[in-house]
Amino acid sequence: MNILVCIKQVPGTNKVEVDPVTGVLKRNGVESKMNPYDLYAIETALRIREKTGGTITVITMGPPQSAAVLREAFAMGVDHGALISDRKFGGADVLATSYTISQGVKLLGNFDLILCGKQTTDGDTAQVGPEISEYLNIPSVSNVSRIVEVQDDGLVIAMDMTTDIEVVKIQFPCLLSVDKDIFMPRLPSYIKKQATKDREIKVITLNDLEDKDEKHYGLNGSPTQVERIFPPDANTHQEIWNGSSMELTDQLYKKLRELKFV
Amino acid sequence: IEYVEDEVVSIDKSLWKGIAVYVDHIDGVIHPVTYELIGKARELAAKINHPVYAIMMGSNISSQCHELLHYNVDKVFVYDHEKLERFKMEPYTAVFEDFVNTVKPTVILVGATPIGRQLAPRLATRLRTGLTADCTILDIKENTDLVQIRPAFGGNIMAQIITPNNRPQMATVRYKVMNAPERNPYETGEIIQCDIAPEKLDSRVDVLDIIPKEKEQFIEAADVLVVAGRGIKKPEDLGMLQELADLLGGQLACTRPMAEAGWMEAKRQVGLSGRTVRPKLIITCGVSGAVQFTAGMNNSEQIIAINKDESAPIFKTAHYGLIGDLYEIIPNLINQIKAGKGVI
Ligand SMILES: Cc1cc2nc3c(=O)[nH]c(=O)nc-3n(C[C@H](O)[C@H](O)[C@H](O)COP(=O)(O)OP(=O)(O)OC[C@H]3O[C@@H](n4cnc5c(N)ncnc54)[C@H](O)[C@@H]3O)c2cc1C
Ligand SMILES: Cc1cc2nc3c(=O)[nH]c(=O)nc-3n(C[C@H](O)[C@H](O)[C@H](O)COP(=O)(O)OP(=O)(O)OC[C@H]3O[C@@H](n4cnc5c(N)ncnc54)[C@H](O)[C@@H]3O)c2cc1C
Repeated sequence: MNILVCIKQVPGTNKVEVDPVTGVLKRNGVESKMNPYDLYAIETALRIREKTGGTITVITMGPPQSAAVLREAFAMGVDHGALISDRKFGGADVLATSYTISQGVKLLGNFDLILCGKQTTDGDTAQVGPEISEYLNIPSVSNVSRIVEVQDDGLVIAMDMTTDIEVVKIQFPCLLSVDKDIFMPRLPSYIKKQATKDREIKVITLNDLEDKDEKHYGLNGSPTQVERIFPPDANTHQEIWNGSSMELTDQLYKKLRELKFV
Repeated sequence: IEYVEDEVVSIDKSLWKGIAVYVDHIDGVIHPVTYELIGKARELAAKINHPVYAIMMGSNISSQCHELLHYNVDKVFVYDHEKLERFKMEPYTAVFEDFVNTVKPTVILVGATPIGRQLAPRLATRLRTGLTADCTILDIKENTDLVQIRPAFGGNIMAQIITPNNRPQMATVRYKVMNAPERNPYETGEIIQCDIAPEKLDSRVDVLDIIPKEKEQFIEAADVLVVAGRGIKKPEDLGMLQELADLLGGQLACTRPMAEAGWMEAKRQVGLSGRTVRPKLIITCGVSGAVQFTAGMNNSEQIIAINKDESAPIFKTAHYGLIGDLYEIIPNLINQIKAGKGVI
């Protein structure tokens, strides 16, 4: 089985601030880490490989320093790593990100299974997985809460639909976005980290891709544009209500209606 | 980052008309986010003088389509086919694509449900257009550009996003973010039956089984919490708080003394030595508001406190503080909610 896992490097904390003057995110001095939801995707890949054998490749798109998350995946037991990195890929929205990753995937060869995390802790859209699957024309399922069975031609998995769980059979090749808690992610091992510290990481740039038209990537290839970012209104609003029990009840009931809880 | 300025061909936005809402449903049960989006679509459409469309795909859904006509939509486009019975990514995307190619709406709104969050990105990619996730505010410019505001970084920042040179413009919105319109007693608008070639409805995913889920019993997962504090005098009185929690679709939680007394399970205790919660609404009843308690809940979105002592520290944490007796307020409130539900 040939498994690919998509992972992303994100800021170490999501308590980021917006510079009130420039309206730019203050990212300086913020450490980076692997998107925590991607640890579950890696663990899922490792568990499946334990059953079926095969290899696991991790791929990330980002600036050169994001190779750190590939090394972390090696220390968890992943076999290969590829970094998609080019200045021309900068500023990509989900559509451009997914296109770039799908181009990179085509270059790496054929995979039976592609795994993504549920979402990231920065952009937080949960859209990249389904968008990659469309570009690759493979079926995909999100909210995967359990791998029920690995079969020769596909997987039986459980998909969490909030009110019920749907058990579905999905054919290979396919893409799954896995939920948090599908498996408990293992810690990176120091021994594996040492053993893989010189392992080669394949770097993929625009020139390596089948489609070399730079208008399809980065800011140019992104239909959405962020016009501005700003801090949310903190809920610092406070009111104290006095009155008879009946008055208080009426006021409370009105408030619950206004807030759409009843 | 390089931006290639030249050669960007501007699209003709006047070719795209209408605000379309995806009718989210499982087995024909329409998710209420759908009506909220129809309400928002109507508001946006009024600003640019466009029609409001609903698109529904499923099997045997004609009564549902008539129900939609009570919510002031101009046209309901229906794809009724047995292969569309349960949501499946590939056929649903094919149908949606067919709708967009025929109708050419300028905006598509989709509920951020487990279905919408898979379907919308798949469709956006097929249409090579932008999709903004989990919008909390939507507005529209005169030139039909949709102004989409959404939280990112776990709600720590907000981003305003536009899709200036692609149509349709797509956005997902979570449940209970927009206001649902009133249901009209009469039907307006029309239902349009649509067809699609059945071979487009094949899927590489098969549903094997559907298992109903037990209600989640973790207080961390609840959107609404009603908290019992020592203001509750006997264990039997917890019943009314449980009833309130049920009416609000939430769960019952407690302070430490309540757990220690064995009146409630330890896993329902909020606070430093209990669970940290961040629900959309928390109503504390007879809770003094010790720091060890508030440390576990002060990030909740709406905090309502009921306490008869006006100097109780909980009033420093609450957004709405009611100085009064919970034994009078709670039963009254329960009656009002029940009466209100009866009216609707
Ligand atoms: C404040 C803000 C708001 C934004 N809002 C939008 C928006 O509404 N619409 C939009 O189109 N773009 C938006 N973007 C841009 C978007 O965040 C980026 O395109 C980002 O690269 C991918 O989206 P995500 O972080 O939401 O990933 P998600 O879709 O949440 O990630 C899901 C999974 O996809 C995989 N994955 C994601 N990114 C990568 C990567 N770079 N390399 C490898 N695997 C990856 C991982 O497995 C991850 O767990 C926004 C950016 C910011 C800063
Ligand atoms: C190390 C440590 C860890 C702790 N961890 C936790 C923790 O995790 N969670 C926790 O909850 N506590 C914790 N505590 C205990 C905490 O300090 C408080 O003692 C506790 O939160 C008080 O619970 P209470 O508000 O229910 O009771 P009380 O403090 O007794 O308050 C009862 C309140 O009810 C009001 N009241 C009475 N009758 C009525 C009525 N009819 N109508 C309206 N209001 C009425 C009273 O005015 C009073 O304010 C911890 C303490 C320590 C030292």
